[in-house]
Amino acid sequence: MFLPFFYELRRRGVKVGAQEALALAGALRAGLHDSGLDGFYHVARALLVHSETQLDTFDQAFLAHFKGVETAGLELTQELLSWLEEARERRDLSPEELALLEQLDPEEIRRMLEERLREQKERHDGGNRWVGTGGTSPFGNGGFAREGIRVGGKGGRQGMALMQAGARRYAGYRDDLVLDTRQMAVALRKLRAFARDGSPDELDVDESIAATARNAGELEVVTRPPRRPNTRVVLAMDVGGSMDPYAAVMSRLFSAASHATHFKELRIFYFHNCVYGKLYATPQLTGGMTVPELTAQVGRHHKLVMVGDASMAPYELSIRTDAEGHYKADGLEGLTWLMQLAQHFERNVWLNPEPMGTWRTGTISVIARVFPMFPLTVEGLGEAVTHLTRGRTVKGVAARR
Amino acid sequence: MTPVPTPVRFKGTDSYLTNEGLQAAVNCALTLQRPLLVKGEPGTGKTLLAEAIAQSLGHRLLTWHVKSTTRAQDGLYVYDTVQRLYDSRFGDGDVRDIRRYIRQGPLGEAFSAPERVVLLIDEVDKADLEFPNDLLHELDRMRFRVTETGDEVVAKHRPVVVITSNNEKELPDAFLRRCVFHFIDFPDADLMRRIVAVHHPGLDGTLAEQALKVFYELRNFTRLRKRPSTSELIDWIAVLKSQGVTDVKLDESLPFLGALLKKEQDLVSVAEAFGRGRRPRA
Repeated sequence: MFLPFFYELRRRGVKVGAQEALALAGALRAGLHDSGLDGFYHVARALLVHSETQLDTFDQAFLAHFKGVETAGLELTQELLSWLEEARERRDLSPEELALLEQLDPEEIRRMLEERLREQKERHDGGNRWVGTGGTSPFGNGGFAREGIRVGGKGGRQGMALMQAGARRYAGYRDDLVLDTRQMAVALRKLRAFARDGSPDELDVDESIAATARNAGELEVVTRPPRRPNTRVVLAMDVGGSMDPYAAVMSRLFSAASHATHFKELRIFYFHNCVYGKLYATPQLTGGMTVPELTAQVGRHHKLVMVGDASMAPYELSIRTDAEGHYKADGLEGLTWLMQLAQHFERNVWLNPEPMGTWRTGTISVIARVFPMFPLTVEGLGEAVTHLTRGRTVKGVAARR
Repeated sequence: MTPVPTPVRFKGTDSYLTNEGLQAAVNCALTLQRPLLVKGEPGTGKTLLAEAIAQSLGHRLLTWHVKSTTRAQDGLYVYDTVQRLYDSRFGDGDVRDIRRYIRQGPLGEAFSAPERVVLLIDEVDKADLEFPNDLLHELDRMRFRVTETGDEVVAKHRPVVVITSNNEKELPDAFLRRCVFHFIDFPDADLMRRIVAVHHPGLDGTLAEQALKVFYELRNFTRLRKRPSTSELIDWIAVLKSQGVTDVKLDESLPFLGALLKKEQDLVSVAEAFGRGRRPRA
């Protein structure tokens, strides 16, 4: 019955599997959903969704899948009928009640249920009606009727499942949206790597035991250097001009990066549109160092993160400058400077706040051939970090062609 | 082992208010006997949830605060090699009895407890990436073997495991699949009113309303780097109460803003936006 819903979820990218299906079946068997769509929504959400980034997708899938149920009530009726049968077996009924039941054929029951489902807005709390609420009915566990009341009557509590799903309150947590500082910090944290470095002041238990054993039981203490963060990052950001709309997200990235304590070294540089020989120390394009200086000072294992929209007039890629950024006919083209950076750093990425749909054309496509390009979203930053740490690109998103 | 339907249902406690989603998640975890993974903004009561579950079910609560250096092994047991080495060298105690040097961690304690307990694994994301993976088997089967002695520790009663995460790291899929997940929403004004009433009974109604209004105005102020959360509101009202403040509004004279905002830049930007540039009294 709920299998189509599973495939709906999978289609939308919530990777539910057999384990989730079994868990949900177990929960439903235990009656945790209180036999209502409302309860089912909460139970299913708790068991099928594993991350708040998927809550919005789940809500949408739920809405799409069960919207029909709400209006036509057909599929739900199917299930209700089976519940009704179960109830008959479980409960001890008086002979009169049984006789009453026998009078009604399943078709009649189905018809009435459908009617009720269509009349959801109407309260029907007369406890003695045979599919009504109020527990005196042998079908009290059906829950359908309780559902009906919740839809029509009791507003102001949690609202009904479909209403909740429809509110899409988790849209802000989707992982394909542009990031906030905290999410960026989380993504950047994945960049950390450790190495044992420095003075040996940590007790190495295993080595101590081995050394003591070799020493015929005389205690021999072996120490080792503690683990320290070993990631060095060079971050270069495009400022001004076409990047102005992204100033807020850039400042968040900057604050996330500069607060990150898990880098051994973080150098932040600025450039405008394209790198012309020099990377600047301030957003006002002052100070800083030239590309040859930078590549001489920092090793190949630094991770280079370029951030920019990579959108400019085509000629700006071919302006020739010297290393100080002055125009010079025999200097190097902007694109060449970029290639020098890309060649020096073994691991490099370009983060682009522009939507991916625009990447196929113009200067973006040119620069995406130099640097592996990722969108500046939670997902993109995560994949960029994966690329930086493993040198492996997650299929489908990177624009390296 | 088939899940046994538990008759007990979690409904929150007097001081811990829940909603249907949270109750459903807790009841799923109780019934299916799976760990409950709770995420949410800092200060929304993730840790308190475990206490509330323990309280409402009448079980003992064991906590395991995870740190960046915590290894999965520490939760099971620790074999104190150094003490044993020391004893063997300097001759204190019976070195041959290895069990004397094995101390149980929180998970081991929870398994060997004679009754069902609630185990809180707090801030699981603080530890190394591999940490949750290393616990998969133990949390699934609720048993582990002490390799030094060959003893097997099997849970007599499967503990109720509550795991909190601040989302500092992605948790591995295999781990997530085994958990019941709940994301604690930020409470809406209505629930917040009830939460405040629970924590500050008898609070002057107008002050409560004004404080809530200021609080939500601040939360909706997008320039904040760290938005205030429930626990900060509760603290702030406590300060207001103890200082006899009777009315508050969002302007330059907002008292004790330091209880709500924890970052220097945030205080500055609030001052710019609401206080005509003057710093409020922190």
